[in-house]
Amino acid sequence: MPEQLIVVNGLVIDPKSKIEAVRDVLIEDGKISAVAAGLSRKSAFKGVPAIDAKGKWVIPGLVDMHVHLREPGREGDETIETGTKAAARGGVTTVLAMPNTEPVCDSPSQLAFLQAKARSDAAVTVLFAGAVTLGQKGEKLTEFAKLRAAGAAALSDDGRPLMNAGLLRRALEHANDLGLLVIDHCEDLTLSNGACVHEGPAALRKGLKGTPGAAETVQVLRDIALAELTGARLHIAHVSSAASVDAIRAAKKKGIRVSAEAAPHHFSLCDKDIPGYDANWKMNPPLRGNDDRAALLEGLADGTLDAIATDHAPHGCTAKAAGMDVAPFGVIGLETSLAVAINDLFHKKILTPRKLVERLSTAPAGLLGLKKKGTLSVGADADLVVVDPNMVWTPEPPFVSKSRNTPFINRRLKGRAITTLSGGRVVHAL
Amino acid sequence: MAPNTWERKDLLGLEGLSASEIETILDLAASFKLSPPKDLLKGRTVAFIFTEASTRTRSSFEMAAKRLGADVLSFSPVGSSLSKGETLLDTFLNLQAVGVTHFVVRHERSGVLEDLAPLLKASVINAGDGWHEHPTQALLDLLTLRERWGSFKGKKVVILGDIRHSRVARSNLFALKKLGAKVVFCGPTPLCPDDFAGLGAEVEHNPAKALKNADAVNVLRLQIERMDQGFVSSLADYAQAYQLTPARVELMKPEALVMHPGPINRGVELSSEVADGPRSVILEQVANGVLARMAVLALSEEGRSLA
Repeated sequence: MPEQLIVVNGLVIDPKSKIEAVRDVLIEDGKISAVAAGLSRKSAFKGVPAIDAKGKWVIPGLVDMHVHLREPGREGDETIETGTKAAARGGVTTVLAMPNTEPVCDSPSQLAFLQAKARSDAAVTVLFAGAVTLGQKGEKLTEFAKLRAAGAAALSDDGRPLMNAGLLRRALEHANDLGLLVIDHCEDLTLSNGACVHEGPAALRKGLKGTPGAAETVQVLRDIALAELTGARLHIAHVSSAASVDAIRAAKKKGIRVSAEAAPHHFSLCDKDIPGYDANWKMNPPLRGNDDRAALLEGLADGTLDAIATDHAPHGCTAKAAGMDVAPFGVIGLETSLAVAINDLFHKKILTPRKLVERLSTAPAGLLGLKKKGTLSVGADADLVVVDPNMVWTPEPPFVSKSRNTPFINRRLKGRAITTLSGGRVVHAL
Repeated sequence: MAPNTWERKDLLGLEGLSASEIETILDLAASFKLSPPKDLLKGRTVAFIFTEASTRTRSSFEMAAKRLGADVLSFSPVGSSLSKGETLLDTFLNLQAVGVTHFVVRHERSGVLEDLAPLLKASVINAGDGWHEHPTQALLDLLTLRERWGSFKGKKVVILGDIRHSRVARSNLFALKKLGAKVVFCGPTPLCPDDFAGLGAEVEHNPAKALKNADAVNVLRLQIERMDQGFVSSLADYAQAYQLTPARVELMKPEALVMHPGPINRGVELSSEVADGPRSVILEQVANGVLARMAVLALSEEGRSLA
């Protein structure tokens, strides 16, 4: 007998199989084996353990293509174990871990170590991005073919921009030959120039050094030109400025193979919201102006921005207590991304439930070429979330994550993951 | 002595103060000029924590503390435990345990005192934090102007120079706006971005236009390191475009005042002729600095003992 579980009476929302209706979902041996109405009433499934999802959404588990798990090197801030448990709590069942660990994940042996760790410790599926350049120094390309053979799911120097356009061109060409996606952190360091917040009146008022949206956009425009030149796919991480959204929209219209993601903090908050000098509101790129925030919402609505990704970046309290100007960049997001997305995109009528699931799950799975993720179609991995879109809660420490650096503490949010299944196993239940 | 209603133990900036609170400080400072107080801070200890160089502000604060009868504790970050990696909060807590009742702090980082001051029983007076605020400098500027004007209503004050990196400009803007003056920021765009309009300043990059019919100009020091990143190309080029020369002074009202927070780069932002000329109130500013700081220390003592 296969191991069975049935999720009953939920509103199943699966853009890939074009379902948005009340259905039962049958899971056998970690895979979706049937999606149909009234399955649970059939005698064949009598006695099968059931999860009642009446009045709830049942959606494919979130695919977060941008997280930092800090292992190896900074296990005090996060590990593969705690980061993936945080993911489970937030309804995220697949994460792509960025390679800026200590040491950097730039070799097949590093990947092998990480994958072994993930097999033993991870609560949800963890994929790893390999570095584009050795040590993420921006000087010499890593061995893409070997990294792919060792299981790299994408390539990125995230955290550091690739300032050398010629090198990025070659990276795109090689990655394209191998079918690997390059994810670029767009930032012109000569424009950002050590700033800690967005350039504008809010920064001037506090006497803090600001970076303009153009620091991102000049690199986005360059990247688009290189994607056009090479014909390669290119993904732009954590888009933050209105002009970047415009540039990506125009590029897509032209048929250039560029994709992009937005982070919940960027589409939910702006620079004027930052209380004083609180570094739990500091990340790179920074919270920008309200016009930028509005442009991100438009980009998410019309599909210019394909995916929602957290850029989950844990940092300990001591590091963050150092103050806005000197504390490290980054905020955690895995436990709040679904809630913020439902609160700010669904309840505020920016996205329909189906579009919301596309941005959170379907599209990022597609960008990473994951055929068995991001959908509840028969044969897919049983990565699934039961969501109460109307549950009101306020995130507060302690978190499952080892860190607590988030601007969403004590913010009232409407929407929450009730139960998370990863490969058919319950990895989170409220 | 003002009525016993001052409830703030700290003075971190002027942005959060009301117009009447600012007037209270100025009134007290003015009253000290007529009848110097004695021993308002007797038995109290004022510590100076300066991580940046200062001559004027520090000596002015020391004089103010001594005139109020306080003991003064000098403290230099070089050779202290701050240079051994102790956090600023730990340094404050230890000095508070030693018996310090008032901290006068200058720090190169904006906002460094905001989260720290509420954790201390002692008063914290900001003597300049990064590019953020320098409240006592603005108070002495206001005191100097008010002695001449009586009221700020309808007055036009130009702040000329490197506004971006100036805590003096910000504190003056916040306070002057509250008191009813119009503030014009003037400098080259890299040093005086248009976004300052979002803070209530009028931004004008042409000094001739900015100075026209002004009642006062506060000229800021141009720091040499601004040449590194293209903020200015050379001191001479900056002087060509923005130096307050006798000809530019003529654009202001006949009785207009010239101020400078010091130290002056003679021949860069200010010509010597103007610095030493009849409109200059630069040394009055310095003298008023002691009075303004006495008032701030005295009021913070009230606020501290009420807390």
